[in-house]
Amino acid sequence: MINIIKKRFLFFAISISALLISIIFLLSAGLNIGMDFSGGSRLTVNFEQQVTIEELESELTSIGYGTAIVQKASSDDFIIRTAKLSAAEKESVKTDLAAVFGEFTEKGFEDIPPETAIGTARVAVFGLILAAIVVMAYITWAFRAMPKPLRYGVCAVIALLHDTLIVLGIFAILGLTLNLEVNLMFITGILAVIGYSVNNVVVIFDRIRENVKANPGASFEMIVNNSVNQTFSRSINTSLTTTITVLALILFIGSSIESFAWALLIGIIAGTFNSLFVATSLLVVWEKKEWRRFIDWLPMFKAKRAEY
Amino acid sequence: MTKNKSLYIVLSILMAVFLLASSIVFPLDKGLLGNLGVSLGRDLQGGTYLVYKADLSSVEEGTEDEIMKGVSNVISNRINPLGVTESSVEIQGNNQIVVEIPGVSLTDDQKASLGNTALLEFRELTTIDGEEKWIPATGTIDGETLALTSSYFKSNTSVQKDQFGKIYLTFEWDETGSELSKQITTRLMGKQLAIYENGEPLLTEDGRMIAPTIQSVITDKGQIDGLGLDVAMALSKQLNAGRLPVSLEVVYEETVTPTLGSDFVKLSLTAGIVGLLLIMLFMCLYYRMPGIVASLALIFYAILVLAIFKLIPVTLTLAGIGGFVLSIGMAIDANILIFERMKEELQMGRTLGAATESGFRRAWSAIRDSNITTMLVCVILFWVGSSTVEGAQVRGFSLTLFIGICVSMFTAITVSRSLLRVFVGTKLAKKTHLFTPYIEGKLKVNND
Repeated sequence: MINIIKKRFLFFAISISALLISIIFLLSAGLNIGMDFSGGSRLTVNFEQQVTIEELESELTSIGYGTAIVQKASSDDFIIRTAKLSAAEKESVKTDLAAVFGEFTEKGFEDIPPETAIGTARVAVFGLILAAIVVMAYITWAFRAMPKPLRYGVCAVIALLHDTLIVLGIFAILGLTLNLEVNLMFITGILAVIGYSVNNVVVIFDRIRENVKANPGASFEMIVNNSVNQTFSRSINTSLTTTITVLALILFIGSSIESFAWALLIGIIAGTFNSLFVATSLLVVWEKKEWRRFIDWLPMFKAKRAEY
Repeated sequence: MTKNKSLYIVLSILMAVFLLASSIVFPLDKGLLGNLGVSLGRDLQGGTYLVYKADLSSVEEGTEDEIMKGVSNVISNRINPLGVTESSVEIQGNNQIVVEIPGVSLTDDQKASLGNTALLEFRELTTIDGEEKWIPATGTIDGETLALTSSYFKSNTSVQKDQFGKIYLTFEWDETGSELSKQITTRLMGKQLAIYENGEPLLTEDGRMIAPTIQSVITDKGQIDGLGLDVAMALSKQLNAGRLPVSLEVVYEETVTPTLGSDFVKLSLTAGIVGLLLIMLFMCLYYRMPGIVASLALIFYAILVLAIFKLIPVTLTLAGIGGFVLSIGMAIDANILIFERMKEELQMGRTLGAATESGFRRAWSAIRDSNITTMLVCVILFWVGSSTVEGAQVRGFSLTLFIGICVSMFTAITVSRSLLRVFVGTKLAKKTHLFTPYIEGKLKVNND
């Protein structure tokens, strides 16, 4: 049996660095907020002639839509995203594109006024907060027979916040490189990650619950470590099968649900690491009240102690 | 023997369920049994989705519901002449109207005509501050000054063509309209009366303003000529459909052409099948015999879920399919949990029968608690999707994932378990290596 829990401070270090990097990117690069939350129009077109993204973007810039984003959809379609277009503006853009690039068909159009978008954003944020509270409450309840059940709930919620933050941080990077946007499908992905991440944590906690009952005298650290080891291959295998399906979604469906699929992929990786190493280690740290050691270790407190 | 008997009863029931579900599912477009097709969302089969917000600020308090019903009737009346087979117009909340037309992507003009207030106003020319202006022509009834508009038309306007091919729109006034018309045409005899729609003058085919000179007093019937055929037809339909009592604002709009949708159907079908096959391959290679059992259970799972989708019916959107594909990955989790438990039991030297039973029993609490948390998240997601106008995708995802989780718990504990029991007591059961993962040798010996 590998002593995983012994290396807990290494895992915290990895985890905290990942979180710090995420926060740095979130603050510096920011997120690429999609039209679901900011409002705007999305026009899907299919040209008869060969057209490149660059040509489309430069033409749109020349007629005053410098902020327009052009993406290639999975087939030969282009998605043009702009600020919200009025009916007249849409008509003039279409006329201009037809004049420059020849005939095209309008395959889809979506239009969200900013006021609608703000309402959606509010609901999405509220949904995330609600999910965290509900998960904490359920786990605390499910582990009510254990001593200090709230700990399990809190650790599960820390785990899901951890995963959410890392997904957000990586999306700040992907927003720059792949133009991935944060939209309603992304929120769906995040909530699925929350479900998934908690699912993983619960399986391991369940094993701890069982082992605590079976070995009344054993040290908590050893029980946690055994439980992680016993559930290790399950965690890896389930992550693998879920990753397979998510990869299939990314490869075959592509741009339309890419924000969703990428959020899931990153979340699954972060969630697997987190549930195996971080959430469990947190339980042990809490049990042994090891934050005292950490406070002692901090230089400013060291100095204070020396004074006394 | 009795145990075997009950096992075979369970297996036969499962087989019957499987056959029943398969005949509902296949062929996909209309099942053998029940003739049910998969109901596809607008992103997959194309369609138009419009959400309007009504401006109820000028409406008398207490009459809002009635007004909204009126608005929804008018919009339904306007959709009918567009020649679509299916459509729904629903009131959402207290001031929103949701229009959904599956399979048809409306043109910009058609969309504009749905929410149009389509009010014709009759205007007279006056001079204000030395400037000539068209202002609404008014009359007085019971001391109240009223403008003459098409709201006094009866719903029987029609487009006529005379023997010279000239097109005209005929209309008839109701009681109030007749009285106003009488007053106005008497007052303005010999002068022009222009016709405006939404603040813009109506124009003839060659672009001149329609402003006929009044030659006689008009009381009950009238006609407008000079319009092009298309314009006249559209106008007549809108006038007959009734006038919207309040103005509408589009708060969300989505149109998808059917071709774009069918691309997605093919792609997501491929994604689902590839995902399914890869998982089955992995399971068979890693868990061996139980892996084969899990693969069979997974096929059972997929068919059962699709049958449920058809029966409810669940409208599949792209995200809904995403939820289904993801649920395949998660459905296998219950099996993995059980097999890992079985592996431990087998390594402790238990027989296959004992290991199977205790594997299922001991994995259950983990399966239950982990799936319940995911279900709770699904419920929250469904709420998020229902609270926003563009949330159809989110609703679709949460619904398919929720159904998927419920079915996966059922298939893991019935199908996988019964199939594994078949091996118990056979010669195969003694070959433990067939039932434990490949890395078993390395992990063994841990009883500390």
